[in-house]
Amino acid sequence: MEKLFTITDETGLHARPATVLVNTASKFTSEILLTYRDKKVNLKSIMGVMSLGIQQGAEVTISAEGEDAESAMVALTDTITTTGLGK
Amino acid sequence: MNIKGIAASNGIAIAKAFRLIDPDLTVSKQSVSDTQAEIEKYQAAVATTIKELEIIKERALTTLGEHEAQVFDAHINMVNDPELTSQTLDKVKGESVNAAHAFDEVSNTFVMMFESMDNEYFRERAADIKDIKKRVLAHLLGVKINDPSKINEQVVVIAEDLTPSDTAQLDRNFVKGFATNIGGRTSHSAIMARSLEIPAVVGTKTILEDVKDGDVLILDGLEGNVIVNPSPEQISHYEGIAQKYADQKAEWAKLKNEPTVTKDGKHVELAANIGTPGDVEGVLNNGGEGVGLYRTEFLYMGRSNFPTEDEQFEAYKTVLESMGDKPVVVRTLDIGGDKELDYLKLPHEMNPFLGYRAIRLCLDDKDLFRTQLRALLRASVYGKLRIMFPMIATLNEFRDAKALLLEEQAKLEAQGIKISDDIQVGMMVEIPAAAILADQFAKEVDFFSIGTNDLIQYSMAADRMNEKVSYLYQPYNPSILRLVKMTIDAAHKEGKWAGMCGEMAGDQTAIPLLLGLGLDEFSMSATSILPARSLLAKLSQEEMSKLAAEALNKSTVEEVIELVEAIQK
Repeated sequence: MEKLFTITDETGLHARPATVLVNTASKFTSEILLTYRDKKVNLKSIMGVMSLGIQQGAEVTISAEGEDAESAMVALTDTITTTGLGK
Repeated sequence: MNIKGIAASNGIAIAKAFRLIDPDLTVSKQSVSDTQAEIEKYQAAVATTIKELEIIKERALTTLGEHEAQVFDAHINMVNDPELTSQTLDKVKGESVNAAHAFDEVSNTFVMMFESMDNEYFRERAADIKDIKKRVLAHLLGVKINDPSKINEQVVVIAEDLTPSDTAQLDRNFVKGFATNIGGRTSHSAIMARSLEIPAVVGTKTILEDVKDGDVLILDGLEGNVIVNPSPEQISHYEGIAQKYADQKAEWAKLKNEPTVTKDGKHVELAANIGTPGDVEGVLNNGGEGVGLYRTEFLYMGRSNFPTEDEQFEAYKTVLESMGDKPVVVRTLDIGGDKELDYLKLPHEMNPFLGYRAIRLCLDDKDLFRTQLRALLRASVYGKLRIMFPMIATLNEFRDAKALLLEEQAKLEAQGIKISDDIQVGMMVEIPAAAILADQFAKEVDFFSIGTNDLIQYSMAADRMNEKVSYLYQPYNPSILRLVKMTIDAAHKEGKWAGMCGEMAGDQTAIPLLLGLGLDEFSMSATSILPARSLLAKLSQEEMSKLAAEALNKSTVEEVIELVEAIQK
């Protein structure tokens, strides 16, 4: 399953929000990927996520596959909206 | 032998040299048949590295504090990174190569990726990757990485450069100071040296090659010198300086939580000049009674677009909150002149210092200015805010700037946003025209802050960057003193206060004169505050006003300096 988000945080996907996101993703066993401009990275990798250099306004896709994919997606959506990172 | 470098952290150390040399981490590519063994080797190296980093982190927590220790949390995350791991292991399996080679290549790609980013924050992360790369590689290659924590005698450490993890492991009981080949005053090792309070000289270029283990060194962190194998006379000379410095530091430390009071009981305010919220810690550690100049242009520099209102708000709020009930004078954007922004396309000028800059630019590009004013107003409830406009030449400029501020305030209040009702609005006095007409300005401003760096250059018509005319650029010129006096007197006549935020305010020769002229607030670099407080405690305001009156009637710089030096003996 996958879901589209728009990054609304003014500084983009900077280290702090990236860490929060990576820590959330790491709690699940599913394979979770972040896609931005046709580049796919592991959402459990801080170096991978930061290497995309995502700025405000970017449209990114999060996809999850595995046993706990559904709860992972719920948790990630929650993290993104409550921290004001995106919508 | 005498080696010159950059003074990065104050103090004197005399001890034997200890060369901290990076082990040879050259990796060769090898074909392997048992890739599983390589994978296990890699996993073992990662596990050992993490254990090592946990220990370093614990140590950093006690020696450097929580903020610095967080670096090592990030390092642990990076060593553990699934992307780094999987790419390395894929390479080992796919190409049947040794783990060291695979890891070296993969981590280099990450280093290059971060180094090429246009955001400074991400570029700095490349140094962190290099630091963890060194550790993991050393374990993979089975070479011993240098371990500063094993040092158990008094030494001066000599190195090419010191990484964050090297510096965190230095034991202050044994490491008396360090000197490096590369680096500058703001490099990581220099900042760490200052927080550890050990002397350091950086950027010597050749010291690692020039010095042998066991050479006796005098490390002079005050002047940025290293003397190799000094004579007994040199040693006793520097022991004298070290003693004097230690005594002085002890005296200054006692003044940290004291108010600034002259011998005859007059209180003046000693504040600090800052550029970023990170500088506030230094202000408080040095006993600053406020921030006399917050240079907001740093928020706009080193990036590719304007800082947003929220970004600015966060920065101002942080500074105001950390300063508590102490005042913070924020100078609105002072860009142009020698300070350029790539993304603000300013036309090339023949005389940039006399051109389109600071308030002139802000009153023209009003949206840019309004954004900053809104961020300031919103932050005002978190502390004691004073807003200051730079480069004011005419009263109309001040009125226009203040009108924009009031407009934004009304808009915000209409939205129900709370704004402090105690915001002072003042101006820099750095253009001679403003000093000459100070009596008129004083009726409308809440305060003046004299910016001597520009005031001197505009008064003397001498570029302060040009060494050929540096003889003209003299703060003690009686003409400058008269402008300062006019400004202070005009403020006092209207019941306002006058401060100074140029280099002159922290100058030991200028302080007696400024006290005599009646200056209320002195704003300087944080490290000058305690020496200034110590000096002011020895001066009497009444006597200094007589001295200042005499100085105003001298005809040359030399006569003024002579006059001040006579009382300092």
